[in-house]
Amino acid sequence: MQSFLHCGVVCLALFLAQARAQDITAPKSAVAGEQVSLSIAGSGKGTFYLIGPGISNKHEINLGEEMKLRGDVLRTAGDYQVIVCGDPCKSATFYVMPAKPFSISFLVHPSRVPVSQSDAVSGVALPFDQFHNLVLAPVPINFQLAAGKASLLNKTEMTQSGAAWFRTASSKSAGALQVTAAFQDISAKRVVQQVASEPCNLRLTGQRNAKGILVQTEPVHDCSGNPVPDGTIVSFTANAGGVKSTVDAPIKKGLASAQMDANGAAVISGASGVVMGNELRMGAK
Amino acid sequence: MKFILPIVLVAVTAVLIAVALTTANATGKTVGISAGSAFLTAKPATPDQALSNLLLNAKRRNWDEAFNSVSNAQPVNKQSFIQDWTGSYGSLRAFSSLEGYDIRPLHITNDEAQMRVRLHWTTPVGPIEDVRDFRLAREGDIWKTLWPKSDMPNVPSQVIPVTYLRWDLVSGGSDDEWGAKNIDAPHVRIVSMNPLDFAEGAVVLGEVVNEDTIPAFVNVTATLVDGSGNAIDEETSFDKIDHILLPKQVTPYRIDFPKVNLKNVKNVRMNIKATLVPASADPVIGVMNQKVDPDYQGKAVLRGDLFNESGQTVNIPHVIASLYDNNGKVLWVADGYVERALLPQTSAPFTIEIPKNMASKVQNFHVVVNQYSVGRN
Repeated sequence: MQSFLHCGVVCLALFLAQARAQDITAPKSAVAGEQVSLSIAGSGKGTFYLIGPGISNKHEINLGEEMKLRGDVLRTAGDYQVIVCGDPCKSATFYVMPAKPFSISFLVHPSRVPVSQSDAVSGVALPFDQFHNLVLAPVPINFQLAAGKASLLNKTEMTQSGAAWFRTASSKSAGALQVTAAFQDISAKRVVQQVASEPCNLRLTGQRNAKGILVQTEPVHDCSGNPVPDGTIVSFTANAGGVKSTVDAPIKKGLASAQMDANGAAVISGASGVVMGNELRMGAK
Repeated sequence: MKFILPIVLVAVTAVLIAVALTTANATGKTVGISAGSAFLTAKPATPDQALSNLLLNAKRRNWDEAFNSVSNAQPVNKQSFIQDWTGSYGSLRAFSSLEGYDIRPLHITNDEAQMRVRLHWTTPVGPIEDVRDFRLAREGDIWKTLWPKSDMPNVPSQVIPVTYLRWDLVSGGSDDEWGAKNIDAPHVRIVSMNPLDFAEGAVVLGEVVNEDTIPAFVNVTATLVDGSGNAIDEETSFDKIDHILLPKQVTPYRIDFPKVNLKNVKNVRMNIKATLVPASADPVIGVMNQKVDPDYQGKAVLRGDLFNESGQTVNIPHVIASLYDNNGKVLWVADGYVERALLPQTSAPFTIEIPKNMASKVQNFHVVVNQYSVGRN
């Protein structure tokens, strides 16, 4: 009820202020968190209202004196309206701009990416001031991508409407890709894991043992020479006289191996993802 | 005259009790008796009666009586006989109960008989039917079952070196800054989807591949949509899928829509959800000697042997198979549970039934093994 009345009073004051002359001098713009001085013409007592994003204030003032608004009431960027009601009510508006960048919110996508993919890594940086206002003024953001000691990208982009972004290809080497967005001494770091691409040239070898045939791959790499991550499944298939045996074996320490149960002559093949390996023709035991 | 009615009632009651005790049939329910003898069993004067007595006692877990029905001619160990019925190593059989049985004679002479029994088990994964052949022999004026020697593998003590590989998941703290802990969900893809009408309703089946370099927990949901765009039904793949997919692994999936006619379906909306989960690359289970054969009833079945290549016991192996036509299209997805635990470095047979109308079209198949192991799932 009290807030309803308060709102009613503010609305009435606004209406009256619009109808009367404006005798409040306010800066056209201010900076978030910084003090603002207002001069208000008149004499005697008056009621001061401040209405802004996330704030509304009311207190009694002496008209004709300079009024100082503390920085802590102007933390949020946006349009503010000042209304002073003596006889009559007067109003003025001013804009509070974000302060200088204090932190950078940095979103990088994806968190894992196969190597040698064009336009695969993208990032967006958004500078914020210390009061969490998005800095809309153009700010140069420096993007750096480094894999190990090698620098893959180093370029500066100006923010547009509060955002700067980049898009680039993944490198040819698997491993951690350090991605940094920086403005002066402020920076944000993210890590993108570059992983091997599809296996390439899957080579199989096999030998008979007491249990059947032990088949294993040579070290499995992608076409850029990166070892395919351990745990990747290699499907081995043995066909022996119309009878099929299969083993889905994970790569461990770079190799995948499986024990196939085949005593007679068998044709053994292997595949991982969309890649087929060579065929092995094993004679009967 | 006034005594006739009570006498008749007493006599009828006595007859009914005797009939109930001696002819307790195979599908009768035993309530409140987990072990021990509470009923009389008829003299095993015929092969059918002898086998009935054995199965009834096994069903009631009356092991002393059941083991007495077994011929001493075979070197059968009572413990292994009990394990045959109750399972071991946390296998599916260990969680199952014999619900009923149907006995059919195959061959009977004066001294020997061969009977085929269809055993109906209730299990945590639904009813399972098992067919076993029993041989019986006459000993004097009674018949006894020749219990086969247990084929439970005896694994010798050994050390099996395993390069153990697993993925752990580390979650960031709640105070991490925005954008700092965005680990993408695994990339999985539905590589095929085939809706078809089946006897009991509509079925959506196909295959899913994990294209990522990390393991994924996968679930596939299908929504059937009618001509007006309204959802008719929504179901998930439930246990007809290998939920944990390692990198580059392919699994079949099947989604059943009971009592839905595919003629009423205009569209199928597929939704696949993949979650990053901790997982292990072991155990590795090979599927050996796969072939399509007719079973004892002439039905086509896919059979083979599972071989546990690791050093861990797999308590409940679950086999899921994609069946392809000559164009490589997935015709059907069938599955089956293996009731026996798969001990390290041992094999266990499996069979999966192929629907009659598809048996002639099946040209190839892909079998994956899902596994449930105590303490690891």
